[in-house]
Amino acid sequence: MTAVATALPRRRPARSLSAGTAVSRVALVLYILFLLVPIYWLVNMSFKTNVEILSTMTLWPARPTLQNYVNIFSDSTWYMGYVNSLIYVLMNTVISVTVALPAAYAFSRYSFVGDKHLFFWLLTNRMAPPAVFALPFFQLYSSIGLFDTHIAVALAHCLFNVPLAVWILEGFMRGVPKEIDETAYVDGYSWFRFFTRIFMPLIASGIGVAAFFCFMFSWVDLLLSRTLTSVNVKTIGVAMTRTSSATGLDYGTLAAAGVLTIVPGAVVIWFVRNYIAKGFALGRV
Amino acid sequence: MQKTQNNRAWFMVLPVFLLVAFSAVLPLMTVVNYAFNDTFGENVFFWVGTDWFQDVLTDDRMWAALKRQLIFSAIILAIEVPLGIAIALCMPKRGIWASLCLVLLALPLLIPWNVVGTIWQLFARIDIGLLGYTLDQLGISYNLGQNATAAWITLIVMDVWHWTSLVILLSYAGLQAIPQAYYQAGRIDQASRWAVFRYIELPKLKGVLLIAVLLRFMDSFMIYTEPFVVTGGGPGSATTFLSIDLVKMALGQFDLGPAAAFSIMYFLVILLVSWAFYTIMVNLDREDVPK
Repeated sequence: MTAVATALPRRRPARSLSAGTAVSRVALVLYILFLLVPIYWLVNMSFKTNVEILSTMTLWPARPTLQNYVNIFSDSTWYMGYVNSLIYVLMNTVISVTVALPAAYAFSRYSFVGDKHLFFWLLTNRMAPPAVFALPFFQLYSSIGLFDTHIAVALAHCLFNVPLAVWILEGFMRGVPKEIDETAYVDGYSWFRFFTRIFMPLIASGIGVAAFFCFMFSWVDLLLSRTLTSVNVKTIGVAMTRTSSATGLDYGTLAAAGVLTIVPGAVVIWFVRNYIAKGFALGRV
Repeated sequence: MQKTQNNRAWFMVLPVFLLVAFSAVLPLMTVVNYAFNDTFGENVFFWVGTDWFQDVLTDDRMWAALKRQLIFSAIILAIEVPLGIAIALCMPKRGIWASLCLVLLALPLLIPWNVVGTIWQLFARIDIGLLGYTLDQLGISYNLGQNATAAWITLIVMDVWHWTSLVILLSYAGLQAIPQAYYQAGRIDQASRWAVFRYIELPKLKGVLLIAVLLRFMDSFMIYTEPFVVTGGGPGSATTFLSIDLVKMALGQFDLGPAAAFSIMYFLVILLVSWAFYTIMVNLDREDVPK
């Protein structure tokens, strides 16, 4: 503490706070505008007819129409794309968090043969380019008869989500003092009861954050899900490419489909908003 | 934290190990198999040794893609990390506005990558996109399909739009974790805003910034979907990054041997850099433990 204080060079006093705050607020607002303009344009296009999109530049739909959304909700290829994607995303989230919990506990509490190597090996899978795995995954899941099922995509996404979940949870678990574990064992709790009754509630926010990340990375990946599915499980990515090329250039419907892919993520964010910043730091702050 | 030596902890790690091994090791072995063998179909393989590796290593196309990839990742890191820290410093510390900012900032991260590509592809079109149209009206010649500079700038702006939020959220979390006492000490010493940043905030952000750099390096180095949707690797091969080149080779031309050799080297490069980052991180963690 004193070391930090004395290390500071004594120079001119801080500028007036209000001016600095005003500048930073303006910068923040400008940046958020930069983030929102492309999204605004997508939403804007989704409420226009194709004729209007192609003929004039308007900042606001001249004749707002819901036709693009009606197209999506009346065509099973479209809306089933969302349902299918949500199914494998949720399956993946449940699997990833369930297996990552005990593993993260082991990494945070015990040292064992090969622990550091194992941890790094897990992380390397987060680093593998999905493009490298696309073709081998296709062959693997075809050969065991899981091709074109939800579980195939859910398992494939475990490749990068499980390591990430372990990493996040380990960070949160490290923050829990070890004395809590020891006290519980002394009090006669079995490991399983201690873990589910005492430990998991303590790191509830960490679990929420890990689940959010699994959801997010599974939802945004469409390369592997497209590779591993064909007829029964049409994902939203397939629906978007297929429909937009088959009907020529249906920009309105494409834009509406894009808007709808943002919605589930936005809903999930709202629930974890208070933990999200800490979660991005993987519990390591 | 002092850890207990306990090899039975392996049982807790076993499910993760099996699951990831199933998804990682088996496909990786397929890749290795292709990399060292040639086939005329029907699953008949014969050993070709390191021929494919020599092919790829002497291929100018691969080196050009690698060069483009390195330049791209370097630019991305050089823009996103300082910008992310700056925006994080601008954020309100608490209250409803802080929550709102967090939700808005996280929004681009949750958009599927091909939709990000679609958004920017539409946004940049000179006939129907706001960005392209505006630039065109201002008299700036802007055409993604023909002008390599325009394509590069669009991809970089898109990546900044898409991923700077990650750096912001990480830095923000790091800033929130600094105890108020540090700032009070700075105030007593009448430290300038810059001194507070340089001697209090930046050292405390070290850990999260390493994670940010690591994640941004890995993901920008593996980028595939967004440039593929926006430019398709064009014009010519101006924006053909490693992943795009790889998929072209593997699925477009079905040159599985060279593609597999390429994959393995690609993976090794990422592994090497990430290992360096990871080692630095672990060492920093060790320093942080109070003695």
